[in-house]
Amino acid sequence: MRPKPVGATFALQRLLVLLRSNLTAMLLVLPAANYQPSDYLPILIQFGLALAFVAFAMIVSHLVGPKRNSTVKDASFECGIESVGNARTPISVKYFLTAIVFVLFDVEVIFMYPWAVNFRALGNDGFIAMILFMFFLLAGFAYIIKKGILRWNEA
Amino acid sequence: MDFPPLAWQGLVVLVVFGVSLLIATYSTYAERVIAAFLQDRVGPDRAGPFGLLQPLADAVKLFTKEEFFPAGANRALFVFGPCLAMVTALMSSAVIPFGNVLQFGETAIHLQGIEINVGMLYVFGMVSLGVYGIMIGGWASNNKFSLLGAIRAASQNISYEIAMGLALIAVLMMSGTLSLREITFQQVSDAPFVWQDIFNWNVMKQPLGFIIFIVCAFAETNRTPFDLPECETELIGGYHTEYSSMKMGLYLFAEYINVFVASAVMSVLYFGGFNFPFQAELRNWLVSSQGLELVTAQNIITILGLVGLFAKIFSFIFFFMWVRWTLPRFRYDQLMRLGWTILIPLAIFNIMLTGGLITFGVIK
Amino acid sequence: MSPLFLFLSFVALLSALGVVLAKNPVHSVLFLILTFFTLSGHYLLLNAQFLAAVNIIVYAGAIMVLFLFVIMFLNLNEETEPHKPALAKFAAAIAGGSLLLILVAAMRNVNPVGYDPTSFDSQIGMVDRLGLVLFQQYALPFELASILLLAAMVGSVMLGKRETGERNF
Repeated sequence: MRPKPVGATFALQRLLVLLRSNLTAMLLVLPAANYQPSDYLPILIQFGLALAFVAFAMIVSHLVGPKRNSTVKDASFECGIESVGNARTPISVKYFLTAIVFVLFDVEVIFMYPWAVNFRALGNDGFIAMILFMFFLLAGFAYIIKKGILRWNEA
Repeated sequence: MDFPPLAWQGLVVLVVFGVSLLIATYSTYAERVIAAFLQDRVGPDRAGPFGLLQPLADAVKLFTKEEFFPAGANRALFVFGPCLAMVTALMSSAVIPFGNVLQFGETAIHLQGIEINVGMLYVFGMVSLGVYGIMIGGWASNNKFSLLGAIRAASQNISYEIAMGLALIAVLMMSGTLSLREITFQQVSDAPFVWQDIFNWNVMKQPLGFIIFIVCAFAETNRTPFDLPECETELIGGYHTEYSSMKMGLYLFAEYINVFVASAVMSVLYFGGFNFPFQAELRNWLVSSQGLELVTAQNIITILGLVGLFAKIFSFIFFFMWVRWTLPRFRYDQLMRLGWTILIPLAIFNIMLTGGLITFGVIK
Repeated sequence: MSPLFLFLSFVALLSALGVVLAKNPVHSVLFLILTFFTLSGHYLLLNAQFLAAVNIIVYAGAIMVLFLFVIMFLNLNEETEPHKPALAKFAAAIAGGSLLLILVAAMRNVNPVGYDPTSFDSQIGMVDRLGLVLFQQYALPFELASILLLAAMVGSVMLGKRETGERNF
């Protein structure tokens, strides 16, 4: 059997379910959790609105504003001092190291979301597993701090 | 009436969109009025009664200013930067539950753009994308100060994102869900004493987590004391030094919308969302003494909850502005030290503490 | 195939081509972010909501920031643009072409097995379900991942740490 077109079918089913459940919609009790891809459809509306607003702002300000060019005026502003070279220059390696450490920690935090959501269900085993996980990461973190990667106040 | 629920959700999204733009517009006014009040000045009072039309005048001014492109700038990316910042800011409000259900006959309207399983992660995703708007804009300007501001902004945002995520983990351990609507519902209590509702707000169980979260929210929205990316004493205007006209306006707007969304997220996560004290008593009183139907009573509660949530949001926005005129700006090394060596270990300690307290049954 | 799937695949392929063909490396990064977005769209169509969000946060949000940093590190002035000889381009085309050939040959005989709509559980990709599987069935790989992350941290420190007396920016 061929896979069905997921999005459209789910949207239709979801619509029917919503229509039927309106009468009995619960007031304070949560609706039974049944998440479907069609839940995301209003985001498309919001995305369209945001794009429309941004495009409107850009086009109108482009049409309305005056335009006068000159070499001196177009030069990049550096407090009146004539600029030397351009802004395509290398930057401090500290920013780069921060970004690497950020990626590693971001992955760690992502691992923690499914754990935190199931914290009660997983019980003590889950807690111990996470403590072990954190121990290795904190060991790495301590090493990073000891090596002064995150110390910005020295040259 | 055959008006499909999806269309209602679309309408809600439309209203949320309009409201966030309106709030962003009037945040500029509020910022000036509050600044004037704190500095014992008059503030804007010329345009309209109490200067209320000032944002309109500002908008007209921004639209009619010259659109400036610096020499050597990458024109496409120079335009793309502010657009991206604005779009990501506007998108993040979709998952926030602004209210409970409104029930009209057979139609039930959820006062929330979308209800998804990973609601909080959606906000985080949009926040993490917001940094590109600043980075690309600053890089494309071909100005050294813009570049520095952009890289500072990126570094600062990513550093505080970690601590923010870790602070959130502790809330998730208690709630067991990422859906903001469910987190809101869990902050209702049926404990039989007077201030029950407030004592069930997450801020009572997560005071440390909330402090970490709000500090990170200041850093993520680039507000004082963490406004290093646009620190005018060192970087002229930071990443938007070369920007003018509505492109500048989009950056400013994006910042205020981010403040609004951050306030809304904090109200929902820690301050009970659209719940307010004595809501159950009020509903029962409306039904038993005033003879209203349960549905009507619930609608009244929903609308009051909506007003209550906006009151919480506005208090947070006021707090953001209050802090701006109270605390001086951090130095960059202080900012990084606070983020990495203080907030992250504190947040991990908070997670362990919460885990222990839940395991030993101190908090439910 | 639903029109949404076709549209997403079309944009994904187009933006992936953009990554390769764009002259400006910043444009390449932006195209790559767009590619990740369309992949997240595909995850959403499969109802893998957590994976979709994580894809955005980690790949589009974190790793691409790192890429942008690296690109801003490079000296992107026109005159320092390395000139690639024709031979290198030719060799790259051959290598890429053979990889494509192998992938197509491997995928050609794949026979997708449909699902049974009556017994299919659409909530399998939600964060709570995923967590239970990850932390009960795959607890050991999860712990090993922490050692991998530790190794990555040490490695980045070794690569990026400046030695005493060395001068860089």
